Amino acid sequence: MATTTLPSTVQSSHDRRRRFITRPLGWVTIGLVVFATLFPFYWMLRTALSNNRAMFSEPLSLLPVEPTLGPFQRVLGLQSTADALAEGGSVGAINFTQYLVNSVIVCTIITVAQVMLSSMAAYAFALLEWRGRDVVFGIFLVALLVPGMFTLLPNFLLVRELGLLNTYIGIALPAMFFSPFVVFFLRQFFLGVNRSFIEAATIDGASQWRIFSRIVLPIVMPQIITIGILQFIFYWNDYLWPLLVGQTEESTLLTVGLGVFRSQTPQGSPDWAGLMAGSLVAAVPIFILVLVFGRRIVGSIQSSGVK
Amino acid sequence: MATTPLTTVPQATGPARTKRRPGRGQLGTAMLFLSPALLGFLVFFAWPAVRGLYLSFTDYNLLSEPTWVGLENYAAIVDDPVFWNSMGVTLQYVAINIVVQTLVALLLAVLLHRFTRSMLIRGVVMLPYLIANVVVALVWYWLADYNLGLINSGLDAIGITRIGFFGDEQYAMTTIALVNVWRHLGYTTLLIFAGLQAIPHDVYEAAAVDGAGEWRVFRSITLPLLRPVLAFVLVVTVVGSFQIFDTIAVTTQGGPVDSTNAITYYIYDRAFARFDFGYASALSVILMFILAVIALVQMRAFRAGQSDLER
Repeated sequence: MATTTLPSTVQSSHDRRRRFITRPLGWVTIGLVVFATLFPFYWMLRTALSNNRAMFSEPLSLLPVEPTLGPFQRVLGLQSTADALAEGGSVGAINFTQYLVNSVIVCTIITVAQVMLSSMAAYAFALLEWRGRDVVFGIFLVALLVPGMFTLLPNFLLVRELGLLNTYIGIALPAMFFSPFVVFFLRQFFLGVNRSFIEAATIDGASQWRIFSRIVLPIVMPQIITIGILQFIFYWNDYLWPLLVGQTEESTLLTVGLGVFRSQTPQGSPDWAGLMAGSLVAAVPIFILVLVFGRRIVGSIQSSGVK
Repeated sequence: MATTPLTTVPQATGPARTKRRPGRGQLGTAMLFLSPALLGFLVFFAWPAVRGLYLSFTDYNLLSEPTWVGLENYAAIVDDPVFWNSMGVTLQYVAINIVVQTLVALLLAVLLHRFTRSMLIRGVVMLPYLIANVVVALVWYWLADYNLGLINSGLDAIGITRIGFFGDEQYAMTTIALVNVWRHLGYTTLLIFAGLQAIPHDVYEAAAVDGAGEWRVFRSITLPLLRPVLAFVLVVTVVGSFQIFDTIAVTTQGGPVDSTNAITYYIYDRAFARFDFGYASALSVILMFILAVIALVQMRAFRAGQSDLER
């Protein structure tokens, strides 16, 4: 979309037009959206730093009520039962430290295996020549359109028959081998790789595996990292599948643990402070990824719509 | 279960135009590269799809072998008031969610495009989309709690009657739809923002020379040129929206009085609370059929829209 018009010319002609969205009004609206986006996160923090018992008398206080780290200690299994009760918290067997470890392990297994194996498939679809390639690719794309719910029940039965319920590998298995989305996404980038590198390497007698791992992969590494981060976040946030397949303490993921915690109502209502502390434990790794890779993530999502 | 992509997919560019090398193809090598993905495709997509279809014609409770019952499950579904209710509340959810989300995102994208290129603001707006549904649901469940939540405490303080956002059957589904607008707003905004960036400046220039007013420019230029992007956004968000589950599962669990018992939650309930796998499979087949029809209809609109940009 090359344009020959200078931005400044456009700006001046914009100004001549009658505007009904003025600059201040526009900024007020943007400001409101930013506030509405960030405030709930602040409220999570405010709640997670409050004394659950005292909080009920000051529901409108903008600052933590009787500030304490108790809720975090509680959900991480570091608070004594007596202290938990004194703060009006839940004393159930909830151990987010364990769930955090489970989530990190499962999501890492899925992401590494899936991105690696999907990139091999994408290479075969983009840069190798073989009969039936486009047909097989078309069939792969069908998987992209099948809603998760449809394969969910049979996959649950399969994992159950394999005796892998409540194991890391059972949770990871269906997603490990490939994701149609990742194959599709990476194929687009492989197609853009300059073929003269590949041809030169072929003439030098390099094997396809060597061309793939030493030439093509390094070129598209930024895209592979971006898609890896996005997939990690996706599985980190996933709920329904790990809810079905990981139900023991040793296989419960963070999102599932939060759901269990929410259904416990120790004193008539949930332990809100603990619940928000647990939610922050689940959200903080994402905040960190966004802080470090935000630009890439925004760019990747934007470019996915128009191409 | 990666069938709901976190980001959306770039449009297909058609068959790759690779230069055909003389001599034999690379079928053997390709199969080596492809074998893990092919294995995953066959075992965790193709086989479950076939099996799901088969189970929909059976009675299966996990304890004994499935028994063939023909179309009995489908016949029972047609007479099942809970199914029709779940379709109704799902449509209600999708309608509120999609309409509000798309309109607000359109407004926000236009404002961002006009006033700022700030990556920081776009990053902030996108943040809720990257946080788990479960976490988002819990935060709003807390904010909107009847007795202690900030919103109701605030309403109470200024003398307005408290509202059972999640507890009142009249409001529960609307609340859940708006919570998910909050989560998805940034994502939709980013897609539309990218669409706005792709519209060439000279189009606006020409309109300005002709003395067109702002609303007219938006209606006659921006909106038509944005149509392909909007159609694409709608395909992705509508299909995703139909599969609402997480928010319901951690807040209302289908209640009160089935007012939030959306179709995926009903499937889950039949399969894992009542171990009625045959019936649940038949419901899944119906859901997939509905989604396929919606996607096809929308894709057609999408293709029709594409010509606008190219004209």
